[in-house]
Amino acid sequence: MDFELSDEQNLLKDSVERFVKDNYSAEARAKLSETETGFSRNHWKKMAELGWLGLPFSEEVGGFGGTAVETMIMMESMGRGLVLEPFLTTVVMGGGLVAEAGNDTQIEAIIPAVIEGELMLAFAYAEPQSRFDLNDVETTAKKSGDGYVLNGHKSVVYHATTADKIIVSARTGGSSRDEDGISLFIVDNNTAGLSRRDYRTIDGQRAADVTLDNVKVGSDALLGSEGKAYPVIEKIVDRAIAALCAEAVGAMQAAIEITNGYLKERKQFGAPIGKFQVLQHRMVDMYMEAEQSKSMSDMVAMKLGLDDVQDRRRSVAAAKAKIGQGAKFVGEQAVQLHGGMGMTDEYSIGHYFKRLMTIEMLLGNTDYHFKRYAALA
Amino acid sequence: MDLSFSKEDLAFRDEVREFLATSLPDDVKERFDRGLHATKEGQVRWQKILNEKGWLAPNWPKEYGGTGWTVTQKYIAAHEFGHASAPIALPFGVSMVGPVIYTFGNQEQKDYYLPRILNSDDWWCQGYSEPGSGSDLASLQTKAVRDGDDYIVNGQKIWTTFAQNADMIFCLVRTDSSVKQQEGISFLLIDMKTPGITVKPIIGLDKEHSLNEVFFEDVRVPVKNRIGEENKGWTYAKFLLGNERNGIARVARSKRQVERLHVIAKTERSGGRPLAEDPDFMNKLNRIEVDLMALEYTELRYLSMMSHGKNLSAEPSVLKIKGTEIQQRLTSLLVESLGMYGAPYEAEQNYEGRNEAQVGPDYGFGPMAEHLYLRAATIYGGSNEIQRNIISKMVLGL
Ligand SMILES: Cc1cc2nc3c(=O)[nH]c(=O)nc-3n(C[C@H](O)[C@H](O)[C@H](O)COP(=O)(O)OP(=O)(O)OC[C@H]3O[C@@H](n4cnc5c(N)ncnc54)[C@H](O)[C@@H]3O)c2cc1C
Repeated sequence: MDFELSDEQNLLKDSVERFVKDNYSAEARAKLSETETGFSRNHWKKMAELGWLGLPFSEEVGGFGGTAVETMIMMESMGRGLVLEPFLTTVVMGGGLVAEAGNDTQIEAIIPAVIEGELMLAFAYAEPQSRFDLNDVETTAKKSGDGYVLNGHKSVVYHATTADKIIVSARTGGSSRDEDGISLFIVDNNTAGLSRRDYRTIDGQRAADVTLDNVKVGSDALLGSEGKAYPVIEKIVDRAIAALCAEAVGAMQAAIEITNGYLKERKQFGAPIGKFQVLQHRMVDMYMEAEQSKSMSDMVAMKLGLDDVQDRRRSVAAAKAKIGQGAKFVGEQAVQLHGGMGMTDEYSIGHYFKRLMTIEMLLGNTDYHFKRYAALA
Repeated sequence: MDLSFSKEDLAFRDEVREFLATSLPDDVKERFDRGLHATKEGQVRWQKILNEKGWLAPNWPKEYGGTGWTVTQKYIAAHEFGHASAPIALPFGVSMVGPVIYTFGNQEQKDYYLPRILNSDDWWCQGYSEPGSGSDLASLQTKAVRDGDDYIVNGQKIWTTFAQNADMIFCLVRTDSSVKQQEGISFLLIDMKTPGITVKPIIGLDKEHSLNEVFFEDVRVPVKNRIGEENKGWTYAKFLLGNERNGIARVARSKRQVERLHVIAKTERSGGRPLAEDPDFMNKLNRIEVDLMALEYTELRYLSMMSHGKNLSAEPSVLKIKGTEIQQRLTSLLVESLGMYGAPYEAEQNYEGRNEAQVGPDYGFGPMAEHLYLRAATIYGGSNEIQRNIISKMVLGL
């Protein structure tokens, strides 16, 4: 057992932290978040050059053979600066699905382009009625000639706004909540019949609702075997949850540092407000949430590498449930301890609060993962 | 001890219901129900309707234009307003400066300002907080120096809600720096159009504009705009803060939020069933409802004590703390009820001129804006930490 990073992993951590420090001051992030795409393509290129976009992929598919631990390191450091680039959607989720389920042709067409930063992906799994259930799929894919015809509505697809290809879960069999009968399709964002309603999200990112109206795709669009996508989806979503957990840890730690700094600086009643014991204890409570979250995030990153599927699922559910609560608490209290200053758009702490709140909700909120944990007992 | 309503009370309830059903404009109601800030035009329009009915200022003494309602009637009215999503008057004029004026102002001030408040001729804002003086309000630095019949005011206020709409600001200013902080403060009424006043917007984390900085540069304020005595402003300021804490529990609004949650929970789905059948979700809602009931009966008990002439000390701080905690738990649960549709968010100002439908369900428009704004509920009106300090000192003697 060992929680320490290797030398190489430490180098990675340093390099991502440096990138965040150089590019993600509060002002720089605010500006970026207001642009059309909501992130920087230059940053994305830089990330590709540094090899980060290839790190989670195995050498077999052309990647650099990193593990979930490398993803954790990157996400945690990016969380510190609330990085906006679509690493989670393109690399962890989209790339993860293709690498896991794709045939050689699909892998060759997509993974190298992702690694070079030339192709962006999004994953459309949620639907208006599904809440957080990955098996609740009403979007249909009907066999037609050589391919399929897709119809349905996908909800809150992060970064569908800029993705070149959207991976869509759709039903090829079974009834609406069956795990069996779900398939994945790779759909070009500009395919006829696909329309998007783009919008901003509370965490300063971009997402879209995607409508599929008789979208025709060839049989080569099918990712993995027909009707058997559910375990693949669950596996990749578990990885994405672990990545989100790591991001939350970084964001919590940064929010705590910023707040701690403020408590030392801000004076009321002739003393730094950090001298008031009630605020000291609140800070300690926040710190303890971040500590436990870090432990859960590390634990889950290591468990993703093991083969025990049941243990993986339960650990991921536990980590998300625990970290979701901690993220919410830390975000809310960080604002509270800043007083009026915490309520402004200009000051950074509110943005941490909003991203932490979103992480709690993304890929299943706290209640959802407690239920999942209990059901997996 | 008696909780029942008399026949007259029930008749009164019907009158309030009838009035709200026929007089509350749909647009005003809709914004309030969603939890969005009122527009200036809508708020003023509604306040004028209320004033015509004589119901704008239920807490004022009858001689100044109050309603003369009993405690029970006030309770009934608040409940019906909340249920119908009818806004009450903005607090700055009616609940804050109005009572200061009729309690401590001179006849001329009463005659001039009180009718203007009732008629919504002046939109008031509150100039208390400063960059260096928030919780420690008495340390405020904005200076007023006497020059003949005027004060010359220099300094800065911050977090001034809706100063961008305001015609008047009531300000705490320092008129004596040589004495104990609390003994050198005066209370001034200042016309926002006076030369030397600049209002600068502060955009909130909800991306909306309700907060402002207000700068004073050699602003001449007639001495006759001072309330009461020079250097006695702290007494009036504290009186006002006490009133501010009273209204801040917002029990009636929270009851309405509970109703909204029940409606949403019937439509939203969890695990393939209505969210209303999800025991985790409903448990949270039920816990809030019980806490809200405890808050409501605490408020009623305090009101009853006051109506029997008993003096309260820091009890209203209990209402402020518990009321704001409940408000935050409710908006948090509202956002949670939306599932992933809690995430889409654009400031209303970005929607102007656009005609797109709401992303996700219609009831999804509003909860996040209110949730974000109400993070401030535990900060403004004296933060909840400060309220706890007050209770521990004044009630518990610690
Ligand atoms: C949305 C909003 C609207 C507002 N509207 C108005 C308005 O219209 N007019 C107006 O004048 N003001 C307004 N305010 C200002 C509000 O009254 C102040 O924000 C509040 O008094 C806190 O002051 P501060 O922001 O300077 O925070 P600080 O006083 O700096 O407090 C920071 C943190 O320290 C804590 N703290 C401070 N002192 C102590 C202590 N002794 N013990 C324990 N904890 C302590 C506080 O609780 C808080 O958590 C508004 C504020 C907000 C957020």
